[in-house]
Amino acid sequence: MRRRDFIVRGAVAGGALSMLDLRALLAQPARRDDFEFDAQERELAFRALDAARAAGATYADVRVNRNRSQSVSTREQQITGISDNETMGMGVRVIAAGSWGFAATNALTSDEVARAARQAVAQARANALTQLRPVELAPAEVTPNGQWSSPIAVDPFEIAIEDKVSVLFGANRAAQGVRGARFVSSFFSFLREDKFFANTEGTVTNQTIYRTTPSVSVTAVASDGSDFQSRESTDLSPRGLGWEYVLDSDLGGNAERWAEEAVEKLSARPVTAGRYDLVLLPTNLWLTLHESIAHPTELDRIFGFEANYAGTSFIYPPADFLGRFRYGPEIMNIQGERSSRGGLSTVGYDDEGVRPRDYLIVRDGVLNDLQTTREQAPWLSDWYGQSGQAVRSHGCSYAQSWSDVQFQRMPNVNLLPHPDRDVPLDELVDGVENGILIDGNSSFSIDQQRYNAQFSGQVFREIRNGRVGGMLKDVAYQLRTPEFWNSMDLIGGRSTYWVGGANNDGKGQPSQINAVSHGCVPSRFRQVNVINTGRGA
Amino acid sequence: MAYLSRDEARALAGRVLGMSRAEQARVNIISGATGNTRFAANQVSTSGDVTDTSVTITSAFGRRVASSTTNMLDDASLRTAVQVSERLAPLAPEDPEYPGELGAMTVPERNAVFASTAELTPEARARAAAEVTTLAAARGLVATGYVEHRTGSTAVMTTRGQFAYQASSNANFSTTVRTPEGTGSGWAGAGLFDWNELNAREIAERAIEKAELSRGARDVEPGRWVTILEPTAVANMVGLMTGSLGARSADEGRSYFSRPGGGNRIGERFLDGRVTIWSDPTDPRVLSTPFSGQGLPNRRQVWVENGVLRSLTYDRFWAQRQNREPTGFVNGYYMEGGNATLDDMIRSTERGLLLTRLWYIRSVDPRTILFTGLTRDGTFMIENGRIAYPVKNLRWNESPVFMLNNIEMMGRPVRVSPSESSEVSAAVVVPPLKVRDFTFTSVSDAV
Repeated sequence: MRRRDFIVRGAVAGGALSMLDLRALLAQPARRDDFEFDAQERELAFRALDAARAAGATYADVRVNRNRSQSVSTREQQITGISDNETMGMGVRVIAAGSWGFAATNALTSDEVARAARQAVAQARANALTQLRPVELAPAEVTPNGQWSSPIAVDPFEIAIEDKVSVLFGANRAAQGVRGARFVSSFFSFLREDKFFANTEGTVTNQTIYRTTPSVSVTAVASDGSDFQSRESTDLSPRGLGWEYVLDSDLGGNAERWAEEAVEKLSARPVTAGRYDLVLLPTNLWLTLHESIAHPTELDRIFGFEANYAGTSFIYPPADFLGRFRYGPEIMNIQGERSSRGGLSTVGYDDEGVRPRDYLIVRDGVLNDLQTTREQAPWLSDWYGQSGQAVRSHGCSYAQSWSDVQFQRMPNVNLLPHPDRDVPLDELVDGVENGILIDGNSSFSIDQQRYNAQFSGQVFREIRNGRVGGMLKDVAYQLRTPEFWNSMDLIGGRSTYWVGGANNDGKGQPSQINAVSHGCVPSRFRQVNVINTGRGA
Repeated sequence: MAYLSRDEARALAGRVLGMSRAEQARVNIISGATGNTRFAANQVSTSGDVTDTSVTITSAFGRRVASSTTNMLDDASLRTAVQVSERLAPLAPEDPEYPGELGAMTVPERNAVFASTAELTPEARARAAAEVTTLAAARGLVATGYVEHRTGSTAVMTTRGQFAYQASSNANFSTTVRTPEGTGSGWAGAGLFDWNELNAREIAERAIEKAELSRGARDVEPGRWVTILEPTAVANMVGLMTGSLGARSADEGRSYFSRPGGGNRIGERFLDGRVTIWSDPTDPRVLSTPFSGQGLPNRRQVWVENGVLRSLTYDRFWAQRQNREPTGFVNGYYMEGGNATLDDMIRSTERGLLLTRLWYIRSVDPRTILFTGLTRDGTFMIENGRIAYPVKNLRWNESPVFMLNNIEMMGRPVRVSPSESSEVSAAVVVPPLKVRDFTFTSVSDAV
């Protein structure tokens, strides 16, 4: 009997259960919550690897993924949607005749996975038509039995749906209690991903990854209908944690504040366009960092592999930049990692079985390293030779599901705190005569080589002579990446560090989304161009 | 067949509803096969072929509703999915806006499967890629691009007797050709139903020409410019407006289409009198799924006629609340044009800019549908009636409603590849436009 049959029966046959137990059981959707990739899935994976080898693959890897997601969404005191979804299947990637091939199927039978493996090999041979250089992989350590799980305290899928609704309605009620707040919507989404990986080199890993996303949006409408303003909860980011993250988030208290800020925006003063000193809180800066540092340091982008959609990078050729290019001041250190607790990109092993290590992308303000997979690390062998490092993938391979081929995606990329002392936020504000403090992220846009960007925010407050004053609106700042980061003259210390992030970073064709966190500290930028975005017809 | 036929979809949907114990239920099935090939640095980089079928069951007890999805089609997994939705629904608070499931209704039908697309092989995709890479390499250029195709079916069945089914094919082909030193870049692409209509060579030649012409871009002053938008760039802009047509947000006072003082702007002239935009799932030029996820027919609908707002999108709840009929929705659209050619537009321009496509488009102010983004892969200065030289890319802050009030000339509508990611998407047919006062706010060094 397969485990899913057992659980379904177990849940409905509990006649002797107490009401409390019954409620808990009913609240638990009867998915395979104790899911482990059992012998059958493992056998199918090896069947696919064998079929790929037999068809002529010189390398193959297989991922069997099962993603379970649940979302609960509301507006005011109404439900707008409850769904609980799962998708499961196998993707097999091969190298044959020096080219990549990939095929995926939701039909997990012995014949079908072998067919997919043979299809991937045939595809690779077809792709060799245009081949100029065969694919080569950097060596990787073999991990015969890698195990990893997100460090959650409370499994969100074990929380009763009424409890989830109750927390959202509570937050909505808190927002609705603020005079002038007309509309509020909110949702939770939860993900559990069971991911089994095996390759023809003998690496086998098994991981369970969780993500929890709370979100609230409040809209205030002017009494005469002449204006509306929204406040999104972008200062509450998704995390690779469980239900405990929701409990720690004080949604009710925050919702009231977000509502007050939405209402205050209606009477905020429109900004006068010009140059300002900006103090960017980590709730805003994480996205600027994401776009202007994390993306341009992706090696596939640098070498033109994303030119048709996500774009290339101003960092080209990399040999002219590595160890030479001053990204920012000496206090600036940018870390790549997939190890931080709760980080959205945090894993034990990447999607080609590599265990990622923490490293510095920018060291003391100078470009030091880039984001790589096994295929890409050899492209930097000259730099790694010069700097005395091994040619090794940084473990940045990722696919959003079983049905997508893995490719280079960013790890968590962080602006580390001031290296020398614990600089408080007040000190950043103290040094500003005429500036703006920006909280929360909003509109964002950057060119395809990551030079010219425009960012907005959720809440803007003017800074005059070292004091934070009234609220502004219609603010967006425009920047050119190298000048912007070199205008940063002071950053916060370790006690000001905060982690933002998003579940929906898009790249690739077909576009895949990646979940990634960015820790950073509040930072001060001098004389940045600010525009007024309000415009009449 | 890589997707469920009508009979197979009906049988699977019936099997799932047969497991239902809810007062009302609906099943949605999406099945199909997608294939893709990417190329970069003049060779195929990755590719993929995927088959999948997903089944979503929505269960309702009174107004308590929940849904559950699975892609495992054995009886035990389907039963689990049904039971998950049935366990969740009674625990949910009542949804006062749940309109109930639909009874039997006729939906418009038209075959939208094209054998040439349904049977496309990895070899054929690689050959299409090679058409571009060979030409680009011969000119000393570097080609990157993407081929994607999908053939599949979608079906909906309710316990009240509605059943609707549609199978369709779609494909997309695009390429960005760059000069090896990175000083020039050109894009071209096309969306199509029938792979036999693809002219990969013509697309390659267009991208190559733009890459070569865009070498050595000069600085340009931001500001308000006479601007000629090729059809892809027009679709990038107009799609921002067709995505903002919700009646409810308009009636609630939080949309461009809100009427000051209450209500919405249906019946108002808000665009140039030459602008007409409609959708029609059975029109061969803009085929799309002729029903909603609930099984409601999606019929021909005129959204803007001669500059007048004719309709917003009403879902069943909001339509009932406002005492109107529910409308269909915009899933692909056709924008009427004029007779000018791109050359006519260029020849008539003393000084202006020519745009190929737009990028990283994000909302700035929903009150005016104001967005920001950048130009890319072919931006040129026009002087004295001809393309004079390439210019650096520009950031723009602009609204489609401002743009469509500033029209100077319109060309013949063509099908484009409307999404920034050049993926398979609903069919969009738009004309090239010449407009005045398109607002650019800064210059970008990106090529």
